[in-house]
Amino acid sequence: MAFLRTVRLEQRAGGKVLLSDINLEINRGEVFVVIGPTGAGKTTLMRLLDLLDKPYSGDIYLDGAKVTNGGASLMHVRRRMAIVFQKPLVFNDSVFNNVAYPLKIRGAASKTVGQQVEKMLQATGLSGYARRKARTLSGGEAQRVALARALVTEPEVLLLDEPTANLDPTSVNLIESLVVEFNRLRGLTIVMATHDMQQGQRLAQRAGVLMDGQLVQVGRPVDIFYSPDNIRVAGLIGIHNIMRGKIASSEAGLASVDIGGRVIEVVTDLSAGSAVDVYIRPEDIILTQTAGTGSARNTLSCIIKSLKLTGSLCTVELDCGFHIEALVTVKSAEEMGLKQGQSIYASFKATAVRVLPAA
Amino acid sequence: MEEIWQGLVQAVQLIVNLDPEVMEIAWRSLYISAAAILIAALFCVPVGALIHFHDFKAKRTLINVIQTFYSLPTVVVGLFVFLFISRSGPLGGLELMFTPTAVVIGQVILIAPILTGMTIGALSGIDRAVKDTALSLGASSPQAMWKIIAEARFAVVGAVVLGFGRAISEVGAAMMLGGNIRGYTRVLTTAISLETQKGELVLALALGMILVGIALVVSVLMNILLQRY
Repeated sequence: MAFLRTVRLEQRAGGKVLLSDINLEINRGEVFVVIGPTGAGKTTLMRLLDLLDKPYSGDIYLDGAKVTNGGASLMHVRRRMAIVFQKPLVFNDSVFNNVAYPLKIRGAASKTVGQQVEKMLQATGLSGYARRKARTLSGGEAQRVALARALVTEPEVLLLDEPTANLDPTSVNLIESLVVEFNRLRGLTIVMATHDMQQGQRLAQRAGVLMDGQLVQVGRPVDIFYSPDNIRVAGLIGIHNIMRGKIASSEAGLASVDIGGRVIEVVTDLSAGSAVDVYIRPEDIILTQTAGTGSARNTLSCIIKSLKLTGSLCTVELDCGFHIEALVTVKSAEEMGLKQGQSIYASFKATAVRVLPAA
Repeated sequence: MEEIWQGLVQAVQLIVNLDPEVMEIAWRSLYISAAAILIAALFCVPVGALIHFHDFKAKRTLINVIQTFYSLPTVVVGLFVFLFISRSGPLGGLELMFTPTAVVIGQVILIAPILTGMTIGALSGIDRAVKDTALSLGASSPQAMWKIIAEARFAVVGAVVLGFGRAISEVGAAMMLGGNIRGYTRVLTTAISLETQKGELVLALALGMILVGIALVVSVLMNILLQRY
């Protein structure tokens, strides 16, 4: 039984559908990441989960109990959860009083408050900040205060809505490792929304892809990253080589796909005549000066359109009749003497091509 | 120019010498206006909060009306209260006419719109995220409202200081309702008015400087208080 569950959750604002048919099942003690582009409805979903907004329809269940009934019980449910928003909001007060607030409104004794707050400040690397005015802190420090304040009551569920967007790398690292620590050591259930695919991959035990208000794919991050359910998810997670084609012929799982006149060999069960979207991960493309070496089934002659350096890697844009990108190390690009306008061969295995029915 | 300089010198002398009459007038000004602002704040800040936290049809209109009354002329307030508390008025039996209480009543009515309106303004100026954050941290509705008021404390105190300034510097209500009775209802503003008419310009100026000084001290004290919290 899922710990946090949504059933056909829908949200609208001003007649516009923001979220529809969201059926999430989040297990106790797991880190679940909601990945989606800006405007997909991540914040809307997080606000619904924290019961800050009333859904248009559908229900939310926490630990088996329906919590979307409204009324005074809202507060009691909220007290079992905590949320950290993208834009850190600190109260115009000292750091200590900020972190102490949730304990004080629960009527905790001042001695307990002092001990708990001190502990949380230490955990978030803010010891020594207690007397500082929270409004004078940097964005990263303010977000750490927000996190300390959220965790000080030891909630059962922590909701994080893009908590590290626009923060410095040190704060991002600190917040991420804290989240992991609280999850591992205390079994805290975490739901995190992010548009940062790499962050999703780093933290998630399971992930859901949210696009245009719909949950399009749920699974382990590795599954989503290596076999996205459709071409939009593939685009979202940063796969560039997406092409539309048609299966020309098919035999025993091996098919030829016609992409604008060039034919490539792929592995698929789809039958001839189907319109398909295919994509190839840039790192699966091998560049060679001469044709016909290696075991790859596909070798295409291409022209190098441009070279883009990103750190130790080099993205090579190729025109092979269609446009694709290959990824090589800067070192091998130099060794091969890759230049713009140069002719080259791009090879990839039939199994490196992922084929999906055209969306 | 000569008079201004002399006024300053005399003001310093009057203060340093603790001139009994001047001290008494200044003290009366202070406590009448302090009473007015205290009563007005106790009433207007909660009313402002009530208006802010509730949605109703005529909310916008009500706020507009309140804002219109910011510029209520002091003599109109004086006249209005006069009609109520004069011997033939509905509250004539209370015999409030020409008492310090009457002046306090007039000043409360005068500054109530400013305090209420500015409280509403202060609360609207608080980020919506404060309410969400308070609620998400487990606050009940009243606790969240209180947090919003606490966040707006600088602006609310600013409104109180402004209201106090308007109360202590007004002359219309004090004159019409208090009557400028020496040793009983004479305050700084009515005294300045009287001394000016008598041609005692230097004394009038000295009293004026004490008045400005009081306003300054109150404002500075409030700011120090706020800095600390």
